[in-house]
Amino acid sequence: MANPNAAAQPLLKVSGVETFYGNIRALAGVDIEVYNGEIVSLIGANGAGKSTLMMTICGSPQARNGSVVFDGTDITKMPTHLIARRRIAQSPEGRRIFPRMTVLENLQMGAGLDKLKYFNEDVEKMFTLFPRLKERQAQRGGTLSGGEQQMLSIARALMARPKLLLLDEPSLGLAPLIVKQIFEAIKVLNEKEGLTVFLVEQNAFAALKLSHRAYVMVNGKVTMSGSGKELLANPEVRAAYLEGGRH
Amino acid sequence: MTEQNFPATPGLMAKALKEGIFAGVLALGMFLLYVGIKTDQNINNELIWYPRWGLLAIFVLVAGIGRFLIVGFVAPHINQRRLAKAKAGIPEVSEDKGFFRKHFLKIALVALVLYPPVVMSIYGTQGSLKFVDNFGIQILIYVMLAWGLNVVVGLAGLLDLGYVAFYAVGAYSYALLSDLFGLSFWVLLPIAGILAAFWGIILGFPVLRLRGDYLAIVTLAFGEIIRLVLINWTDVTHGTAGISGVAKASIFGIWSFDVGASNNFAKSFGLPMSSAYYKIFLFYVILALCMLTAYVTLRLRRMPIGRAWEALREDEIACRSLGINTVMTKLTAFAIGAMFGGFAGSFFAARQGFVSPESFVFLESAVILAIVVLGGMGSLTGIAIAAIAMVGGTELLREMEFLKLIFGPDFTPELYRMLLFGLAMIAVMLFKPRGFVGSREPTAFLKERKAVSGSFTKEGHG
Repeated sequence: MANPNAAAQPLLKVSGVETFYGNIRALAGVDIEVYNGEIVSLIGANGAGKSTLMMTICGSPQARNGSVVFDGTDITKMPTHLIARRRIAQSPEGRRIFPRMTVLENLQMGAGLDKLKYFNEDVEKMFTLFPRLKERQAQRGGTLSGGEQQMLSIARALMARPKLLLLDEPSLGLAPLIVKQIFEAIKVLNEKEGLTVFLVEQNAFAALKLSHRAYVMVNGKVTMSGSGKELLANPEVRAAYLEGGRH
Repeated sequence: MTEQNFPATPGLMAKALKEGIFAGVLALGMFLLYVGIKTDQNINNELIWYPRWGLLAIFVLVAGIGRFLIVGFVAPHINQRRLAKAKAGIPEVSEDKGFFRKHFLKIALVALVLYPPVVMSIYGTQGSLKFVDNFGIQILIYVMLAWGLNVVVGLAGLLDLGYVAFYAVGAYSYALLSDLFGLSFWVLLPIAGILAAFWGIILGFPVLRLRGDYLAIVTLAFGEIIRLVLINWTDVTHGTAGISGVAKASIFGIWSFDVGASNNFAKSFGLPMSSAYYKIFLFYVILALCMLTAYVTLRLRRMPIGRAWEALREDEIACRSLGINTVMTKLTAFAIGAMFGGFAGSFFAARQGFVSPESFVFLESAVILAIVVLGGMGSLTGIAIAAIAMVGGTELLREMEFLKLIFGPDFTPELYRMLLFGLAMIAVMLFKPRGFVGSREPTAFLKERKAVSGSFTKEGHG
C-alpha cells in the first residue's frame, strides 16, 4: 500500500523545488507529496539536503525554482510567519525552545495563533502525551534535559493545532529510550488524532518503522520512495543507511 | 576535610596571607605614581612634586588587609552558607516573604508620593530643592529612560546603544514646537512621544536584519547622527549654543510657574516666591510618567506582543516558525521604547529650560544601558534600584567627606568619584552577574500562581 489516498489531493505537494545557498545548489529539483493522515519520512545522509527541504517548505530560504503547494495554496514565496499561520507547525532542528521562558510559557507561544482560545484544554492534552512536561511546567526551558526539550519542542508545535507537523531530527542526540518514547507519541497522535506528520530523520530504522511512506534523499535529489516496509527491505537502503548501524 | 574546621585550616590562613601580601604589592605598584607622588606647578609654571608616603601606605594597607580578610574569612563563610543551604534543600523561590517584601512596591510608591512634602518639612522650602531636584527628579528621569530602553533591550533583546537619540528627539521636539507655535507642555508631551516613536521606526527599518554586535554598532551610529544633526543644523537648532528659555510646564494651564504670569502658582496661593514649587510639581509629573511607563510595560508583557518580544529575544527563527511576524514585533519594540524616551526628553526640556547637544552624548546612552543591565534585564524593580544606585550614587559621591577621616584631611574625594563608581559597577557584575533582580516573573499560569519548590526543579535525566 504505497499511497493510501491516491485519488485525493495531497496536503503538501513539493514539485521541482530547487534551493540555493548563494551559488551552491542544495536542492536539485525535489518532488514530494504528503497526504492527509500520513506519516511520511525523509531519510538520507548528512548534507543530503533534508533539513534544507524542511526549511524551504517553511519559506526560509525560499525556493528559487519549483513550487510548494499546501492545502491548495501556493506558499512558495510566502514569508515564514504566514506559512506558519496556515497551520504548518515545525519542531525545528536543534529544538529551538525558548530557554529563559518556562515550559508553560513556551507552550503559550505555540498557542498564539488562536489567541490562547484552547490553551488550557490543549495544555492538558500535551501533559497527557508527555507527562514529563507536566512535572516541569514552571521550570525554564533551558534547564530541561535534551529529551524533555525535544518533547517541549514538539508539544509547542502541536499547540498551534497544526494540519501538518514538520519534525526535523527529533531523535538527534537523545538516548534510545527517549527516542522510543517520542516516536511512540508521534504514532499515537497520528492514529488517534489523524495528525499528518512529515519527518526528517538520520535514524533511518526507527523512522522507516514508524512511517507509512518514505523518501530517500541523496545530494539534493530524491532517489527512492516507497512504503516504510518496502524501503526497510530494500537492499540498497539497508546497505547505505541501516547496516553498520546499531540495529 | 569537613566544612566545620574549614576556616581554621592552616593552609587557608597561609593562602590568605599570601594573597593579602600580593594584593598589597599590586596596590603599591598601581598607586605608587598616582597616589604616592603628587605633582603640581609652582608660580613659575615649573613642575614640582612631593611624595605622599602616608597616603600611599593607607591605600596599600586597605588593599592588603581587605584581601586577607576576604580570602581568610568572608569567602569560607559564604561558601559554608551556600553548602549548608544546598544541603538543607532550601527552595530558591520561597513562598513566605516578609511583609516588607510582599508590599515592597506599594510602600515604595507611597514613600515616593510623600517624599517632597517630607523633605520640605525637614529642610524648608528652599532647602528641599536639592533633594527634590538632584535626587528626586534626576533619578526618576533615568528610571523612566531605563524602563523605556528596557522594552528594547530587556524584553525584545535588541541591543540599542543610541537610545539617547530618542531622548534628544523628545527634548528638541518640545523646545522647538513650544518656541515656534507656543503650544503647551501637555499638548507637546504626546506629540514628542509620537515623533520619537516615529524615529524609532525609522531606525528600526534598516536594522531589521541585524542582531547583536552589528545592531549595536548601527544604533550607536544612529545616536551620533542625531547629535551631529543637532549640532550642525544651526538654522533650526542653534547648534552647540542650544535653545534656551524653553517654556515651563504648567498645571494643566490653570496655574503657571512663570514669575510674571498673573496666574502664578505661588501668587495664587499667597505663598512666598520660590522655584521649589515648580520642582515639586515636576517631581510629581515625572513620577506619573514613570508609573505610566511601568503600567504600560507590565500590561504589554502579559499581552501577545509582549510575549512575542520576549520570545524574539530568545530565538528569532523559532518565533517565525510559530507564526510571529518578527518585523512588526521588532518595529513595535523600537517604537514603544523610543516613545518613552521621547516623553522623558520633553520632560527634560521643560525641567531644564535649556536644551543643547551636550546633553545627548554617547555617555548618556551608556549610563542608561548600564542601568538596565545592572538592574537585571527585564525587571522593572531591579532597574529602578539600579537607577537609584547609579544616579543617586554619583550624586552622593560628591559628598564623601567621611573619606577624609581615613585618608587624611588633604584627600579630595571628588576626584575619586568615577573611580569608586567604576569599582562599584564591577563589584555588582561580579557578585550579581544577572543584575540586582535577575529572576524573571513568568506570565503563564494554568489555574493559580504557585512557586515551585526546589525539589521539583532538579536537573532532568532524560
